[in-house]
Amino acid sequence: MSTNVNHAPLEYQTEHNQMSILGFWIFLAAEVVLFSTLFATYAVLFGRTADAPTPSELFELDIVLVMTFLLLTSSFTCGIAIHQMRHGSNKGLITWMIITLALGLGFLGFEVYEFIHYSHEGATLPSSAYWSSFYVLAGTHGLHVTLGIGWAILLLIQLFKKGITKVTSRKVFIISLYWHFLDVIWIFIFTSVYLIGMVV
Amino acid sequence: MSNQTKRIPTHHIIGFVLSILLTILAAWTTIGSDLSTNWIITIIMLLAVIQAGIQLIMFMHIVEPESKNGHVPWNMMFHGFVTASIVVAGSIFVMVYAF
Amino acid sequence: MNLDEFFVTGEPLIYAGMVSIVLVTSAMIFLLTYFKKWGWLWREWLTTVDHKKIGVMYILSALAMLFRGGVDALMMRVQLAFPDLNFLNAQHYNEIFTTHGTIMIIFMAMPFLIGLMNIIVPLQIGARDFAFPFVNALSFWSFFFGALLFNISFVIGGSPDAGWTSYTPLAGAAMNPGPGQNFYLLGLQLSGIGTLATGINLMVTILKMRAPGMKLFKMPIFSWSTLVTSFIIIFAFPILTVALALMTIDRIFGSQFFTLTGEGLPMMWANLFWMWGHPEVYIVILPAFGIFSEVIATFAKKRIFGYHAMVWSMILIAGLSFLVWVHHFFTMGAGAFVNSVFSVSTMLIAVPTGVKIFNWLGTLYKSKIQFTTPMMWALAFIPSFVIGGVTGVMLGMAAADYQFHNSYFLIAHFHYVLIAGTVFACFAGLEYWYPKMFGHKLNEKLGKLSFWLFVIGFHVTFLPQYFLGLDGMPRRLFDTAPEWFTLNFISTVGAFGMGAGFALFVFNIYYSYRTSQRETTGDSWDGRTLEWATPTPIPHYNFATLPTIRDIDAFVEMKKRNETTYDESKLKPIHMPNNSGQPFIMMALLFMASFALVFEWITLSVIFLVGVLIMMVIRSFDEDDGHHVEVEEIKETERSLRGL
Repeated sequence: MSTNVNHAPLEYQTEHNQMSILGFWIFLAAEVVLFSTLFATYAVLFGRTADAPTPSELFELDIVLVMTFLLLTSSFTCGIAIHQMRHGSNKGLITWMIITLALGLGFLGFEVYEFIHYSHEGATLPSSAYWSSFYVLAGTHGLHVTLGIGWAILLLIQLFKKGITKVTSRKVFIISLYWHFLDVIWIFIFTSVYLIGMVV
Repeated sequence: MSNQTKRIPTHHIIGFVLSILLTILAAWTTIGSDLSTNWIITIIMLLAVIQAGIQLIMFMHIVEPESKNGHVPWNMMFHGFVTASIVVAGSIFVMVYAF
Repeated sequence: MNLDEFFVTGEPLIYAGMVSIVLVTSAMIFLLTYFKKWGWLWREWLTTVDHKKIGVMYILSALAMLFRGGVDALMMRVQLAFPDLNFLNAQHYNEIFTTHGTIMIIFMAMPFLIGLMNIIVPLQIGARDFAFPFVNALSFWSFFFGALLFNISFVIGGSPDAGWTSYTPLAGAAMNPGPGQNFYLLGLQLSGIGTLATGINLMVTILKMRAPGMKLFKMPIFSWSTLVTSFIIIFAFPILTVALALMTIDRIFGSQFFTLTGEGLPMMWANLFWMWGHPEVYIVILPAFGIFSEVIATFAKKRIFGYHAMVWSMILIAGLSFLVWVHHFFTMGAGAFVNSVFSVSTMLIAVPTGVKIFNWLGTLYKSKIQFTTPMMWALAFIPSFVIGGVTGVMLGMAAADYQFHNSYFLIAHFHYVLIAGTVFACFAGLEYWYPKMFGHKLNEKLGKLSFWLFVIGFHVTFLPQYFLGLDGMPRRLFDTAPEWFTLNFISTVGAFGMGAGFALFVFNIYYSYRTSQRETTGDSWDGRTLEWATPTPIPHYNFATLPTIRDIDAFVEMKKRNETTYDESKLKPIHMPNNSGQPFIMMALLFMASFALVFEWITLSVIFLVGVLIMMVIRSFDEDDGHHVEVEEIKETERSLRGL
């Protein structure tokens, strides 16, 4: 069906693979709307902090910048992993995927630290509408990252066992889309939650 | 397609450098510049949209020939972002702005 | 927790419900054991990934839900027939209108239509199954268990009682403690997963698996309506997912989104709910439009009038559906400017809908109409739906809405669009495609009788409610006043007419199974689209070979050229997916996790969630690649089916 099926990357070579990738793109479009609803809730509840501290009192740019760079870099290394896969290097693919996961874990570590820090300062999930929306928005993203890490570990095991095949290449390509997408969402969280939270 | 023949992932490196630069620019605009709050919000949101575009094009290969030039992915992402704008802007319009 | 807190006690009606549940369940277990059918049930149904069987299960579940929702409706009508009747107390009445609304929209209308899509869309576009058959089974079981979770609430724990819209703060933990509202939240969440997955599945199927030559603008209208509906599902359902999750977190983990404390904003729930809720009403009406288009074209024996206008009007309706949500809460106080904007966008929707009405009339114009039962439903739909639509425009005027809001005028309006639109379409679609699904037609005589009972009953029920609304009777009132007695009584009589019509419809299924003549050709109605080109019963791979599509009415063209879906020279082995028990098990575990969460037993819930994750891991390592149907087997099947 596709142009030059035989010369296409492995993950596009069967009709079923093409459908899976397309289906995943559509799923990501649904995810855009899912996160937008959380952003909308956050925006509407902005400023409704009740007796809890305000975001500008708590947010620190340095830690958030570190998290952002970790995730941006992991998105880059994930792209390199796919590049390696398309050159047929299973070793390169696995190495770069492991680096990606390590960066992802680093990001999660900072996020957990950040949440614990805020809650010690008196900003918890139940403390106000604003903080509820903050934790659920950032937490949903964090949950996605966590699931992505678990999913990637399953795929790494399959890559170790079977190498790059039509099936594994499709799966790895799809998780790379997912991972880059989480970066897109983080960019918006970084901008509209942290940066705006610091100036308003 | 071009990716397969190139050993060095130029796209990815350009994308990565750009996204780091845009992040720093956004952070500087927020704390370093003396623009008004409304301008800051406008500029950094614009920077975020550009950066999202970089991820989609440079990293996610949205317009590869293998996915029929990304016709459907583009279409869905476009409508996803349109719906997202309706949800966010609409909620603010209804719940905050004109209440 | 004591057992008398776990089970609902103290209501004779609910005790009767419990007894009948126990009786029906034990009868089913007995029959399955006596006839040694457990293996058959597991192999043929519970593990199936065949879109046709999944569709049948959707429709059966939807009919059961129509019965449940219908009984709720009859109980409400009995209570309202006379002032001070005390058939139901206030609490019980609240629970019943909540479950009636939720079940009819989420667990009846959507699964019925999705069931028809499941069976028909792959056949109409020339596909051998869905793009992702495994996911399709997963979707069905998620709907099934979601419906189960919602329905058991009336005997275990207590039903939700805050209305199908569940407005906060009434539905929040402070004013509505107890598990009832949690059943609503988690039942909808569970079935919502399946709906979203079906949306993606159908979209990929339609975009990638059409027969050669079938461009998008050569697709039958029902498939087009499915594509547009999938589009709305994909963009609207995530909003519901989030809204439900936020309220769940509010209720169980103490966050403050929609609360009255902590500067929460209860009205944000209404905003999010209707951002999903308005697209949702188009999710249930667009496929109905699609069904009527097919039925009308077939029995007017003409190509549908204005095919392109039909398609574009659906696309336009889909786009506009995301821009009108505020008209559900004009009276919330958002101000004149906001209300005006949404008033205008609401009225815009009447334009593409009007285009469709005229296209159907254009198709009927000067045609030789064949008055079959499905066609009767379609003909009854047009004027009834217009009444519903026009009163909708009245409600869309923000200033006038302050008068109509929350009154029976609104109740009458949305029943006129949802019953005359969606329910008529479900009946029409089921009767129209019944011979394709089960190999025989439904009895026309009984069908027409049930049609007249249902349609007359419908108008007698809901037309008076417009006037009750104008007389000032508010909705969700458990007791009426004497001055509204006459119209209420007439309305109740009509409701029983509808009930009789439905009972006769179900009886017709049994009667026709016993007496109807069996189909031999597969083309029961002199059809126009590709599904009628398959033999009946449909072989599990659907199409032995695919013809090249040249026209919108693909099968009309094929009949002219004497083509079939069996060309022996072109036979190749067909790849088909294998059955799998994983979808059933995975969703059963998710059901138990949700059930535990309803009662806020967090540890138990987490344990079951881990079970779900383990099922996902198993799926990830699953290398089942399906099987091939060999050429010899295809030859044998097709020859015996086609009598060659």
